Amino acid sequence: MRQSWILALAALAPLNAQPIVIQNATIMTVTSGTLQGSVVIKDGKIADVGEKVMMPQHATIIDAGGQYVIPGIIDCHSHIAVDGNVNEGTVAVSSMVNIKDVINPEDIAIYRALAGGVTTANILHGSANPIGGQTIVLKMRWGKDAQGLIFEGALPGIKFALGENPKRPGNPPGGRFSAQTMPARYPATRMGVEDTIREALNEAKAYKAEWDEYGAKVARGEHAIPPRKDLKLEPLKEVLEGKRYVHAHCYREDEILMLLRVADDYGFKIRTLQHALEAYKVAREIGASGTGVSTFSDWWAFKIEAYDAIPFNAAIMQKNGIVVSLNSDDEELIRHLNTEAAKAMKYGGVSETEALAMVTINPAKQLGIDSRVGSIEVGKDADLAIYDRDPLSDYAKVQKVLIDGQVYFDRDSDVGARPAKALEKQKLIDNEKKSQPKPPAGGRPVE
Amino acid sequence: MRLLGILIAFALAASAASNNTVLIRGADVYPVVSAPVKAASILVVDGKIAEIGLKVIAPKGVRVVDGRGLRVYPGMIDSGTELGLSEIEMIRETVDTGELGEFMPQLRALASVNSDSEHFAVVRLAGITTVVTLPAGDGGGGGGGGRPAAARQYISGQAALIHTFGWTWEDMTFSSPAAVYVRFPALGPPSERGGAIPENIAGLAGMTGTATLTQMMRTYQQEVTKLTEFFEEARRYQKAKAANLPGLVRDLKYESMLPVLEGKLPVAVAAATPRAIHDAIRFAGQQNVKIVIMQPREFGSAAAELKAKNIPVILGRVLALPRGQDEPYDQAFTLPAEVYKAGIKFAFGTFENQFVRNLPYQAATAVAFGLPPDEALKAITINPAQIWGAGDQLGSIEQGKSADLMVTTGDPLEIQTQMKHVFIRGREIELSSKQTRLYDRYLNRQ
Repeated sequence: MRQSWILALAALAPLNAQPIVIQNATIMTVTSGTLQGSVVIKDGKIADVGEKVMMPQHATIIDAGGQYVIPGIIDCHSHIAVDGNVNEGTVAVSSMVNIKDVINPEDIAIYRALAGGVTTANILHGSANPIGGQTIVLKMRWGKDAQGLIFEGALPGIKFALGENPKRPGNPPGGRFSAQTMPARYPATRMGVEDTIREALNEAKAYKAEWDEYGAKVARGEHAIPPRKDLKLEPLKEVLEGKRYVHAHCYREDEILMLLRVADDYGFKIRTLQHALEAYKVAREIGASGTGVSTFSDWWAFKIEAYDAIPFNAAIMQKNGIVVSLNSDDEELIRHLNTEAAKAMKYGGVSETEALAMVTINPAKQLGIDSRVGSIEVGKDADLAIYDRDPLSDYAKVQKVLIDGQVYFDRDSDVGARPAKALEKQKLIDNEKKSQPKPPAGGRPVE
Repeated sequence: MRLLGILIAFALAASAASNNTVLIRGADVYPVVSAPVKAASILVVDGKIAEIGLKVIAPKGVRVVDGRGLRVYPGMIDSGTELGLSEIEMIRETVDTGELGEFMPQLRALASVNSDSEHFAVVRLAGITTVVTLPAGDGGGGGGGGRPAAARQYISGQAALIHTFGWTWEDMTFSSPAAVYVRFPALGPPSERGGAIPENIAGLAGMTGTATLTQMMRTYQQEVTKLTEFFEEARRYQKAKAANLPGLVRDLKYESMLPVLEGKLPVAVAAATPRAIHDAIRFAGQQNVKIVIMQPREFGSAAAELKAKNIPVILGRVLALPRGQDEPYDQAFTLPAEVYKAGIKFAFGTFENQFVRNLPYQAATAVAFGLPPDEALKAITINPAQIWGAGDQLGSIEQGKSADLMVTTGDPLEIQTQMKHVFIRGREIELSSKQTRLYDRYLNRQ
């Protein structure tokens, strides 16, 4: 009796209070080679990695014999866990809206991403606006509330978008000049997209100057009236100050180069070019600007600006010293980014470690969270994915996923729980059927 | 045997200079229909596999491909594409998949295949040598450029089985028609034929309004009646024609239905749910026509029926989301293993041009989730060949078959495996595409 009480209390304590040791595994650290050994987790952090480790007392053992441990996968471009539409397309500059306000922690896509080894994702606004909404980095802590998903301490971002998508509202169905119900929204061309971004940054620059002047006065001890806070310009001011990352949706080389030059003119850096399917055409310019690229592995020809896409894009980025990641932008694709990485080996011949880096440490760098996640190193968050075989094989499947040292996905438990869940579902359906009135005569019963 | 040798020598004399005669020497040969043979050679004469063996004498003047350390497999077959019919999905002008009209069995996908489409080079590079191209799209042009949702269509046209290389569509043809594509009526909105009302929720009609369900049921019945009437009309035409009825006017639609009614040509029917599959099978039974079920997402009770009636199935994308919020995350991944265990003959299709090259990786995911590897390979080679009536010509490495071959560095289902040579009807394909050319050009940008 007493023993069961103790057990019950132990179960109540936070799971990560107890150390975990993953042993007998092939550990792909990404940043310091691959080894056979163990990972020790304490207080949600990686406490030790090696062929031989010090066994902490009372540790939970995960025997990963024959299995592979990699850092949790990071997706630099996703729209999961968003409540409703991802686009606020009525205005061309929508920097005032924030994904943080519309996180949906109950989106099943979070769990499915976890089941694909993903532990962190950059959640972005859509691409309907040259300047879109503010982005947020989430950990896939399935079961936590919206606040609990947020990657604490990650620098905020903002979405920019170039090319066809932001042009679209400027070219409504039926054409801009025909009688139609939907009014055209500026811009309608790539010229207008550039102008929209420049106009907004111009405003933000003036706004920043006002605040700088105010700050200087206050610093001098002068009496000053603060400028009026502008919710649209505030995030753009942060961009100019380097306090907010720009993640820019783009496809063609001309628009990529345009944005790099606009950023030069306004004295800030584009953090990542998203999709950037023609980045390989301007690899030199991108490399010189220090901008990262987050691209698709092999999508192409779904629209005209994707017709010159090549699956070698990521490899060319890699060869040019650009920090490159492979993203999903899709709630299905997010479930197998490990094999998207393998495609960089096939197309362009990058090494296994370089490929794996494209879905772990590289996106971590792009999101400025590489001191916390993206590799298996002592002191980093214990965000790990365990596969039954080499994760760069498309025969591999995820067995367990840990975030902050807690198991958030376990394939055996998932499969094991299915009969009980099916039974529960059937019972709910039966109850619901009983409580409903019979359809009136005339409505043919469905056989 | 000696006679064969003489015949080969004779054939070679006639075609020594032709580019579809070749000897692949010393490779591990995976015939698919029999056990792999290590370090064997394959002699291809005039586009056909003439000999496979450990010791094949290289006839004089024949080109020899060194296969040492490599593997040879039959070229892969994708059972659901729009290749040649659709270039850029969102640009209406480049899409020829979805015609207007209710009953259009006379439409031929084949003659609209753009043989020079960039897609063919891309998929050939991946070892895909034959595809079924379907006239069944929605017409493309999404994103504001397209036309409004097409009115109800029942029969979309004739699918074609084509090689992925040829100077013209005629040159590419393996067989056309390979099937007549039928959009069988189903409950639910057209966006998800056969999916809107899961069977176990149907009883809850009172919840959403009986009128809606009644209306849907009525529409469904009307549509089935309409389709039935078309088939019956075609049958009357068939009889009239057979009876040589005077004054019979030739009708292109009904003419196109004759091979279907004669049981020579299958109808390909997209059916996602157990109910839709069941309904399609019943209809095919009533009409006494051959049927292939396309893109099922769930089998349930329909599995036994498919097995009992020996009806083949073309599985859609394996890397797909579950159908419902509460379905297992791996629902689509495990579906192929489920079909295999049920004893149903099946093949894979990708159903999206940009992902045709990923056909073997779809199959590999099925292996990760329970499908035996050999069966995955069959589902992209011999099974589709048999399902589409080409089992004696394609889908395996056997004497007399078309020399559609891929020479790889390893398991073709593994992403990292590289393609070294691809042969279509014995002709070696240049392993370059728009994409490799852009790669070479920009990798060496000055």
